[in-house]
Amino acid sequence: MHPRGSVRLAADIGGTFTDVVLEVAAAGAEPRRFTAKVLTTPRAPADAVLEGVEVVLAAGGVDATDVDLVVHGTTLATNALIERRGATTALLTTEGFRDSVAMAHENRFEQYDLAMQRPEPLVPRHLRLGVPERLAADGEVLIPLDTAAVRRLIPTLQANDVTSVAVGFLHSFVEPSHERQVRDVLAEELPEVSVTLSSDVCPEIREYERLSTACANAYVQPLMATYLSDLDRRLAKLGISAPLLLMLSNGGLCTLETAITAPVGLIESGPAGGALLAARVAAEHGLASLLSFDMGGTTAKLCLLTDGEPATSREFEVARVYRFLKGSGLPLRIPVIDLVEIGAGGGSIATVDRLGRIAVGPESAGSEPGPAAYGRGGTRPTVTDADVVAGRITAATFAGGTLPLDPDAARDALADGVAGPLAVELDAAVVGVGEMVAEQMANAARVHAVERGRDLGGGAMVAFGGAAPLHACRLADRLGVDTVIVPPGAGVGSAIGFLEAPISYELVRTCHQRLDGFDHEAVNDVVEALRAEARLVVETAAGAGAPVVETLNASMRYRGQGHEIDVPVPLERFGPGAADELLACFDRAYRRLYTRVIPDMVAEALTWRVRVSTVVDPPSPLATPQPRPFAATARQRALDPTTGWLDYALVRRSDLGPGHRLAGPALIVEDQTTTVVAPDFELAVDGRGHLVLTRTRADEPGSRR
Amino acid sequence: MSAKNPIRHQVMWNRLIAIVEEQAQVLVRASFSTSTREAGDLSAGVFDRRGRMLAQSVTGTPGHVNSMAASVLHFLDEFPIDEMTPGDVFLTNDPWKGTGHLYDFVVVTPVFHPARPADGVVALFACTSHVVDVGGVGFSMEGREVFHEGLYLPLLKLGSGGDIDPTLMKIIRANSRSPDMVDGDVHSLVACNERGALRLVQMMDEFELEQLDELADHITDRSEEAMLRLIAELPHGTWHNSMTIDGVDQPIELVCAMTVGPTGIDVDFTGTSPQSTWGINVPLAYTIAYTSFGVRCIVGPDVPNNTGSLGVVRVTAPEGSILNAPHPAPVQVRHIVGQMLPDTVFGALAQILPERVPAEGTSALWNILLGGAWADGERYIVMSFHSGGAGARPYADGLSATAFPSGVRNMPVEINEAISPIVFWRKELRPGSGGAGRYRGGHGQIVEIGNREGRSFTISATYERTVNPARGRAGGGAGAVGRLRLAGSGEPVKPLGRSEIPAGERLVMEFPGGGGFGDPAERDPATAAAEERAGLT
Repeated sequence: MHPRGSVRLAADIGGTFTDVVLEVAAAGAEPRRFTAKVLTTPRAPADAVLEGVEVVLAAGGVDATDVDLVVHGTTLATNALIERRGATTALLTTEGFRDSVAMAHENRFEQYDLAMQRPEPLVPRHLRLGVPERLAADGEVLIPLDTAAVRRLIPTLQANDVTSVAVGFLHSFVEPSHERQVRDVLAEELPEVSVTLSSDVCPEIREYERLSTACANAYVQPLMATYLSDLDRRLAKLGISAPLLLMLSNGGLCTLETAITAPVGLIESGPAGGALLAARVAAEHGLASLLSFDMGGTTAKLCLLTDGEPATSREFEVARVYRFLKGSGLPLRIPVIDLVEIGAGGGSIATVDRLGRIAVGPESAGSEPGPAAYGRGGTRPTVTDADVVAGRITAATFAGGTLPLDPDAARDALADGVAGPLAVELDAAVVGVGEMVAEQMANAARVHAVERGRDLGGGAMVAFGGAAPLHACRLADRLGVDTVIVPPGAGVGSAIGFLEAPISYELVRTCHQRLDGFDHEAVNDVVEALRAEARLVVETAAGAGAPVVETLNASMRYRGQGHEIDVPVPLERFGPGAADELLACFDRAYRRLYTRVIPDMVAEALTWRVRVSTVVDPPSPLATPQPRPFAATARQRALDPTTGWLDYALVRRSDLGPGHRLAGPALIVEDQTTTVVAPDFELAVDGRGHLVLTRTRADEPGSRR
Repeated sequence: MSAKNPIRHQVMWNRLIAIVEEQAQVLVRASFSTSTREAGDLSAGVFDRRGRMLAQSVTGTPGHVNSMAASVLHFLDEFPIDEMTPGDVFLTNDPWKGTGHLYDFVVVTPVFHPARPADGVVALFACTSHVVDVGGVGFSMEGREVFHEGLYLPLLKLGSGGDIDPTLMKIIRANSRSPDMVDGDVHSLVACNERGALRLVQMMDEFELEQLDELADHITDRSEEAMLRLIAELPHGTWHNSMTIDGVDQPIELVCAMTVGPTGIDVDFTGTSPQSTWGINVPLAYTIAYTSFGVRCIVGPDVPNNTGSLGVVRVTAPEGSILNAPHPAPVQVRHIVGQMLPDTVFGALAQILPERVPAEGTSALWNILLGGAWADGERYIVMSFHSGGAGARPYADGLSATAFPSGVRNMPVEINEAISPIVFWRKELRPGSGGAGRYRGGHGQIVEIGNREGRSFTISATYERTVNPARGRAGGGAGAVGRLRLAGSGEPVKPLGRSEIPAGERLVMEFPGGGGFGDPAERDPATAAAEERAGLT
């Protein structure tokens, strides 16, 4: 329990829906949660947040001034990158290097596929502009920055309506002064244009990754700055004076100011919340390994938890365009929870290609116009439209009945957009759209698992986000997963995850030390500075005196290696014997990873990472509830992809309690999502109200190849 | 569950592929040599007791396809499997029994189930990576026989009882200019096999397997059947092609006859030029690897690599030709000829599958290998992988500045400059270098290199396609040839062999472009206009 923050708000903006959760915790009682799901308002995204906030405050009977903390995450930036809807961006780079972002790694990421294509850079070649300047690897100036040449580029920027500029010079992470001088010139000449410096957003070696990160930040920055400032103003106007913290891609939190200058750090904030929720579910069920499946309106996110935790990474790719393959996206060097995201959500548009194949996404109808079934002017068929026509989403229960559905419009869209071009019956088109989207997600999950040397078969999955519980059984079939867990509030899972998150902050700094000449005082200074800074952020949010845990990790390697390993190190002031102690830590971590250590080789530490985090209590054990059958009375005709139209039991989730059991086929409806229990699955409700779906014929996973 | 359940077999097969991918990842993460860790010049695989390869990681180097598979058979000949004991590990860098030159260390580790060691070897893991230095003339074509090229390690026992032989390691260290890095790489090779073994034992426990024979039969039979089905759809007969490449002091003719028949595809290189006096000769294992890779890019690219799928593509070359140069021929930079073999066999395949086969490309890597001394006298080496333009596809432009058939990644300029006084003054696409066509060939790049201390430095040039360009296909034009010159004096620099770049000068390298595909008059005008706006025409 957080000492402060007993009234906490979380808001998660997705491409289609904005989810808001209010949690009111009182001593000695289970916290009460109030949730809202409203359509995202892309032209003024804060509108939807405010609307949702007012709904949950009213439902909870809480005054705006009583809110202690607001945690916010958003996929606005990610969606802008996937759909290429960001600012017209220019890149100013060292003369002679305008093509670094196009040449990428000069390789084919798919060895045997001659048809492969690389992603187009975010900045087209005619806006990648060389600037005379040059630094050496140690920061020495080989050619001073020609500021007059920068000024001469201004007309080009203006003529092309550039609204955001990324500045990325070689070796700027060592010496950022040239990039800063360019920023000053641009501030003077084009004050309305946003400027991103690669040395700010990614002070790391390797020009392609750094420039790619800077371009992505610049591409989304105007959009995000406008939005975040607007949100902050309007929350204040509503009377909320609590701190607004932003969810980061690694599951930590940051301040508004940081988020505005480096929105690239927020790219995966929504999915990070989802992964935190999945970690909580894993802990509650005692599962070491779990696949997290989060499907919203625009994208699907898949994340593999091992040892109960999502893996984190500093190597991340957004918007993989070629068969979701690693290498086909834009690399970002930011700390992220390691997951895979594809453009397949409820709003993803289905099309028929020249070869008569159904393709789904990545283009999304979003919330405006939204799927045809929303009756807001959308005419192109989406995954949601297929779910409506298939009877899996019903007009009476969708969004608690607050959002009227137009099934005829959905039918027309599918008839015109899919059934007609393919010359098949409507039912076949509906099944085809659902199967294609499930296949795409399964492929992405397999690639993700294989890249980590894992196999998903026989395991468990947690499904949340508005669309995941609808599609989870079909995805489980393809992956050979036998258990699907749908937590309470699944429709707004990522936002709930924000509240599960410890308030944590992580800082990294480079202080290169060989162990055979270890300067322990220099390291102590760095670590102390990081601790102080991180504690300040956490205490601001959690309140001074909140119990925190602090951890220190060093990235270490043998001298001569190119990749470091992450080494947990005891957080205490280092003394003269520190080198031996660090070597022992390194040996332990190295042996765990690579079985054996290398004798007589010098080890070195490169960067030091401090994480300060509030303490999260482990879930209390719960007795397994007494099983009791649930007798469903209502029925709903719905289309099963393998057997055709069937009678499904239609059950309100609020009517189910711990211990209830029910055989598929069934539809479990709640305001923000519907869980489809396929005919070969059985449902049981556990003591915390999770829906646990288990395959009844576990030996023969459905359509697995 | 029945052991014969095909889904169960499919899951275990997928798992083996995942295991070798993890094995390869361990090698990348733990390795010291930049070519392994940055560029992906490595391979990893799992074999059954009979030496049948069951799965191989897909990494940056087609040159290790087949060749690593064959090397395990050589080890089994030398060290009978029933005499192996837990903790044994084996090593070679024999170019003819390994993967083609002394820089590639192959390590093989037998796996015993820890609960049943008396049952003997259940599988073997093999891996190979390119180490930094093995002495000799260094990474160049200057050696006149393999004895000049460095330390030669025949098929050896590297360790037993889990310990690495300290005497052997002393010998290896004493024969390298970078002893720590080679030492570290040997350890990382051993570690990656151990990871594979650990995962395999876990898999055998999970699926309650005592041995892999049945799974091995399933994998090899299915893969062979899949390949033969695909080959059965092709017309049967023999098709010919030849391609002239630059060579060192005289052009080299690469001549192939490809025969498609009911039992597979046979490629024979009779008529190819004789072996060279320079270190560009290719051991047969490496010829087989790159030829087989070229065929598989067109026929059966989705079928996983294993003994079953590899066995249906057979490759022969006359002994004494540059593609089957026997010991003790010099072979250090065999890649510049070997990497031309996919293009050679493409010319034959295009005659039966014109809709699948791309035009010729730069093909051989344009690696930048520089050396010199810092002002304080300390020596440095820059070894960086780079590429010209690839050939246009029958359905799309060629990829610019992209490696094919090699799959290695480049080295960041910032890394190269951090470890040397070398400065890359320019590295960008070379406009107009891709061959014209309905689909344009990939563009090469222009690289300009100097020394920040104003000192001289050397380049070990290994560049092809500076005389004979990548040819277009189906009416497409040839790509531009590559060129090397000094920036100041304009004097040409030779594309093959060692040259000194004088103090204060800069080296300008213009990389070749790929060939175009189809009639240039049919090019989409909007695409052409976009390219003009981008400044690439």
